[in-house]
Amino acid sequence: MNVLAILLSAFIIAIIGLMFFIWSQRKSLVDGGDAAARVIFGADEVGTIEDPSATPANRKIQQTHLYSHTAPGHRISDEDLQVRIRADQSSARVTLAFFCMAIFWLLVASAFGLISSIKLHEPDWLTQSQWLTFGITRTLHLNVVAYGWAPMAALGVCNWMLPRLLKTPLAGARYAIAGLMIWNAALIAGLVGIANGYNTGLEWLEIPLPIAVWLAIGGALIGMPLVVTLQQRKVAHLYVSVWYMGAALFWFPALLIIAKLPIHHGIEQATANWWFGHNVLGLFYTPLSLASIYYLLPKVIGKPVESYNLSLVGFWTLAFFYGQVGGHHLIGGPVPGWLIALSIVQSMMMLIPVAAFSINQHLTIRGHFHMLKYSPTLRFIVLGGMMYTLSSVQGSFEALRSMNTVTHFTHFTVAHAHLGLYGFVSLVMFGAIYFIMPRITNWEWPYPGLIALHFWLVVLGFAIYFVALTSAGWMQGKYMLDASRPFMDSVHVTQPGLIGRSIGGAIMTLGHLVLAVHFVLMLRRSGPRRESAAILNQASA
Amino acid sequence: MHSETKLLVGSSVILSLAITALVALPYLQEEDSHPPAGLMPYTDQQLRGRQVYIENGCIACHSQQPRTRLQAPDFDRGWGRASTADDYFYDKPTLLGTMRTGPDLFNIGARQPSKDWHLGHLYQPRAYTQGSIMPAYPFLFILKNKASPGDTVVNLPPAQAIPGKVVIARQEVLDLVTYLQGMDHTYPVDKLPNLPEVDKGTSGQTSTGSK
Repeated sequence: MNVLAILLSAFIIAIIGLMFFIWSQRKSLVDGGDAAARVIFGADEVGTIEDPSATPANRKIQQTHLYSHTAPGHRISDEDLQVRIRADQSSARVTLAFFCMAIFWLLVASAFGLISSIKLHEPDWLTQSQWLTFGITRTLHLNVVAYGWAPMAALGVCNWMLPRLLKTPLAGARYAIAGLMIWNAALIAGLVGIANGYNTGLEWLEIPLPIAVWLAIGGALIGMPLVVTLQQRKVAHLYVSVWYMGAALFWFPALLIIAKLPIHHGIEQATANWWFGHNVLGLFYTPLSLASIYYLLPKVIGKPVESYNLSLVGFWTLAFFYGQVGGHHLIGGPVPGWLIALSIVQSMMMLIPVAAFSINQHLTIRGHFHMLKYSPTLRFIVLGGMMYTLSSVQGSFEALRSMNTVTHFTHFTVAHAHLGLYGFVSLVMFGAIYFIMPRITNWEWPYPGLIALHFWLVVLGFAIYFVALTSAGWMQGKYMLDASRPFMDSVHVTQPGLIGRSIGGAIMTLGHLVLAVHFVLMLRRSGPRRESAAILNQASA
Repeated sequence: MHSETKLLVGSSVILSLAITALVALPYLQEEDSHPPAGLMPYTDQQLRGRQVYIENGCIACHSQQPRTRLQAPDFDRGWGRASTADDYFYDKPTLLGTMRTGPDLFNIGARQPSKDWHLGHLYQPRAYTQGSIMPAYPFLFILKNKASPGDTVVNLPPAQAIPGKVVIARQEVLDLVTYLQGMDHTYPVDKLPNLPEVDKGTSGQTSTGSK
């Protein structure tokens, strides 16, 4: 086949080009891999933990457990400290604004998720109004997570990390504030539209063009501080988190605009739909979350990333392979065979960036796992990182025809999507919010017990959710492939799992309420005043 | 500015490659699609009904893409032959769907042509299919004491009938049912769908329709 030959050679040329490109990146760092990883630390700071989410007592335990052997004096210099305090101050307002919206949307998303879930075993519940019908509540849930909670949290973290990583106060924050307002206004308009049937009928792209264009404009404005601050940067090397964030901020508006161009038609529209649907996960939420882990994990344990070059390999391979996996949503559908083949191959190739990240995270945290007991941030982000590995490996295998035939069209895929967007992205965002809030409000989390409660509720709830829905989905797929069984068997068999999913989802929602209450208490500065505020130089005191 | 340039160029090139593969090439390939002889364009009412289908998010549970007999028993379930790209010639947008919480609907009109069945089923699915988890759509109907001239009365099974009341179908649901009744892609295909390479020759299936 000619097409196959062309495709194969194009693939090989692209891989060679990619490897050469990564190599050229590496070369410039050939002696500086370790130095580059240390960019996020002050001159003498390696060996000092930074963990504003922990109680002072636990911070002390972490510090002494980890670095009892290091000589005293291993701590941040006053000069570096001032730079960091100024960085946090410069991003405080904008980050807080993003987080407030994120928490708000998290609650809205939980409510619609839970309603949708219950409807699949109580189909006669809330049927009197159109906006409460399953097809609409599910769509609202998806859009609130995809354009509300996840991006608001991730972009808030992003704006906070920038000045720290570039060692200069955040510039252009007002663009981000304007972008935030436009984005949220557009999102509200889009949601009201969907609730009333104003909807394109394309998954992940339901919000129609006249509104979606404002999401793209808002997204571009939110990326402006990156552009402006980069020009004033005081660091010679851009830390890997900046790569991830920079690319994601550039990709999002581009993806949305191209997917929304009013030229798509026929089956091509379906491929463009899933090109977007998968890329918004892979090239937006994922890089922003990985950027957070690559910064927070080393900071909390006071130790640079184990292999810095591996993190760069991970970045470029992620960008390359992820971009072309979208076709695996159409396996078995009426789309060109070569496109499916390409997407399956690239889905399997995704194992490379995933391995690069997973090995790196494991090597970095190795020997420090007991720190998870003391650090809430670490607990959330390390678990989130593991969920990234699991969901990506699962995703790669789901793209294989043999597995896809069973899992496609079933709840198995829904469980998988939640492993990625909840188990990975949301958990990492929770961890980041716990780290960042004390820094930008100069106030400690009032009730550490609530952080633990939030953690255990979402972990327990999500475990129930995932196990119940995955097994129900698998059985559903098996029954649907069995010609001797009537279709309705594949509906009945999912019922216990769907009820289990509602129970898990309710527990997760409780966890989110705990977070929201704690967040408000913190903003109101209520709760007991603890012995010391979580200011920077208290870490090793 | 060295790193920034690399980042911008690298991420643009990579994105362009993805666009080429998943958007531009399918776009070019789509250019030579044509409507199959047996496929009728939608009527205005069917198009309005299709819009009701989109508005209510039916796509959340129903696919419109029967798979090949090599892959799944869709044909045996009466869902029709595997669809080809040309079958979607008049679909803007295509409503392929990713879930089968309910059955595939690409040939629901051929399988279930009855208007009464569709209206009653949309009013209360569990009156027709035991254990169905499809939502009821009471907001697409009006309860009245007495039908007015021109009203479409829904003929419900006796157990579902409400004494002293009649259920009247709103225009939206009449449009929707017209769309569903028109979902019939049982005409013969002009070209075979793209079958996975590995499946070729493993069964007589591939040869039956090839020219």
